Amino acid sequence: MSNTPLPRIRRTFAAGAITTLVVTLAAACGGNDDPTKSAEQESLEEGESLTITTFGEFGYDALIEEWNAANPEIQVEQTKVSLWDDWKNELNTKLQAGSGLPDIVAVEGDFMPALVAAPDRWVDLSQDEVEGRWLDFKEAAATTEDGALLGYATDAGPEAICYRADLFEEAGLPSDREEVAALMTTWEDYFALGEEFVKNSDAYWYDASGSVAQAMLNQVEYPFEEADNTVNLDNEGLANVYETVSRYSESLSPQVPQWSDDWTANFNDGKVATVPCPGWMRSNIRDNTGDPAPKGVVWDIADVFPGGGGNWGGSYLTIPKTSPHQTEALEFITWITAPEQQAKIFQLTGNFPSQVDALADPTVTGATDEYFNDAPAGEIFSNRAEAITVQPYHGPLYSDILGKFQDAINRVDQGTDPQKSWDTFTQEVAALQ
Amino acid sequence: MLTEEQAGEVKPEPAPPTTDRRLLRRQRRSRWDVKLSPYLYISPFFILFGLVGLYPLLYTGWLSLHDWDRLYYQQGEFSGLENFRFVLNDPVFIKSLVNTFSIFLMSSVPQVIVAVCVAALLDTHLRGRTFWRMSVLVPFVVAPAAAVLIFGSVFADKSGLVNAVIDGLGLEPIRWHVDRWWSHFAIASMVNWRWTGYNALIFLAAMQAVPRDLYESASLDGAGRIRQFWSVTLPMIRPTMIFVIVTSTIGGLQIFTEPRLFDDTPNREGGADHQFMTTTLYIYVKGIEDQFYGRASAAAWILFLIIVGIALLNFAITRLLTRRSGS
Repeated sequence: MSNTPLPRIRRTFAAGAITTLVVTLAAACGGNDDPTKSAEQESLEEGESLTITTFGEFGYDALIEEWNAANPEIQVEQTKVSLWDDWKNELNTKLQAGSGLPDIVAVEGDFMPALVAAPDRWVDLSQDEVEGRWLDFKEAAATTEDGALLGYATDAGPEAICYRADLFEEAGLPSDREEVAALMTTWEDYFALGEEFVKNSDAYWYDASGSVAQAMLNQVEYPFEEADNTVNLDNEGLANVYETVSRYSESLSPQVPQWSDDWTANFNDGKVATVPCPGWMRSNIRDNTGDPAPKGVVWDIADVFPGGGGNWGGSYLTIPKTSPHQTEALEFITWITAPEQQAKIFQLTGNFPSQVDALADPTVTGATDEYFNDAPAGEIFSNRAEAITVQPYHGPLYSDILGKFQDAINRVDQGTDPQKSWDTFTQEVAALQ
Repeated sequence: MLTEEQAGEVKPEPAPPTTDRRLLRRQRRSRWDVKLSPYLYISPFFILFGLVGLYPLLYTGWLSLHDWDRLYYQQGEFSGLENFRFVLNDPVFIKSLVNTFSIFLMSSVPQVIVAVCVAALLDTHLRGRTFWRMSVLVPFVVAPAAAVLIFGSVFADKSGLVNAVIDGLGLEPIRWHVDRWWSHFAIASMVNWRWTGYNALIFLAAMQAVPRDLYESASLDGAGRIRQFWSVTLPMIRPTMIFVIVTSTIGGLQIFTEPRLFDDTPNREGGADHQFMTTTLYIYVKGIEDQFYGRASAAAWILFLIIVGIALLNFAITRLLTRRSGS
């Protein structure tokens, strides 16, 4: 065979195949369109869907079904990623590649400053219809200097304290939600009560050091960055959070990273007494503890948050300019972030609305939570929203620094000397700049 | 049936008449064909390699000399060797190198030894041979992510199987995710579990190719099974041994999935203190998570050079050993 040439047809075919292969590969490798320019708009074909990626639990399943039934020409398909950190990496990779993003991208509130600082890749969503829809601070966090609105807020995270009434009772503490609320109006009281609690109980006072740290951090006005976006870790608020949490790591914390398997298991094992509790945290508590609750387990919500109010989390829906269906996407997110829809989600998952009208909606204000001992959740979280006085400033690096800060606290939990762990933290943050 | 043209190509005239230009052209084409075709046939590999191997390699080198604009996901200005300076001075990078070598030694060394032993056992007259041989390959078929899930719960700090056993023996439970060297041990066991069987099969193939009469004459000379293994089997499978050592070195220095998924902190950067962050994981964290493509590229190039260096070292040692055994 070695010296026998191929018949011409086959030869031509082979050459053609190679050329095709090379051209295809070359095309696949390079030549992205500019992601800061809007993609060419196309109408949705038959069988084609609008895509949305969310993380955690947005409570959209039933609502999307409702929308799809009512809008046969705009079908929506949701992809759920379980953790924000995982979705953040994927999102970064896709932004980097300039392609592969869904039509609608859900973004954690902490990441919004990074978008606002580099707005070119995102569609300006401002329109008359949504003016004044959200709480001022939610809207401000998604608005650029030029007044472009880059995200529609979904929920807000006013924090209360969720606690195990049965464990409180066993440890000889009052378990009634009003009495509990009166016992933890400041962080000093909260930690003191914890030290009393652990003397008479096998459980840990809180779910994770990182969780309490983040809750406290949400009351610091400039946690990591100054108003001009320069990083400043040498501030009293941050030092206080770090020192306090380190001090109580041994006595009050289970010393497991928040969101880890051991963290999840502690709920089911009845090892967690209190949790800093934004509205959305309730579905995590419910899922981790088990629904219906194991025998004797009574979760409740106290209408209080140590040190005043605080907001933890709350997400946004955004549309990247790479989406070829921006009109349809805008239509959909305008609908799904409307107060009526968000009120339904509150009942379903506990994600507290960030829309002004939804806060006055009787289905929200009158809502009770059966799993949490029929606590008047609507009333409690509305009160908690009103108690928020400080809106911490989040610069473009906030989300990244927060990740490193959580690592620093996890190191202390694992037995590293707090000062040494802090040094590593400042080093790692320096490496981010 | 051959067409006139094809017939002409297959059997070219020895001396074409100069007047027949058509024939001359055809002949020349045929000569080119013979000369060029082989290269054309092997070209797909090199074209593919160029696109997915060489191009990224060079582009990574190019990126490593530039700044990176994190907010806009864009290449920044030329910065010379600044990224290399940063990476080499980064204590986390140094830590990741130590971790990489520690995990590599804990995995590759026992892996090769155990694989040879397993292969030697499989090379005997076992009942149900095919069954045993197929069984050792089963772990290789399991996706790494699935394997980590299983091992993650086996090595869980508080509720793991291994710790339950250790606790039952009255010993102090081991903090698999916290303690640096124990976490390396846990990760190395996942790697070993996955690759030992695969390497054993390669060794087995080599052992089967050893001529049986060598064993016959060895036993005539009075050599027992163990002596035969040392003096016949091992020297005969040396080339395969080198191949396995080189591939497992390259693989061992690039461990990623296991430490990434074994981690239970939300950042997944090889533990809160990077106690089991490997260098490939460092590259991933710098590039994908922290969005510093220049630094990630610099780290990738440093790792590449280290691997090339070790491969050369392997080669030199091997040559030395073969020469000695040859004399």
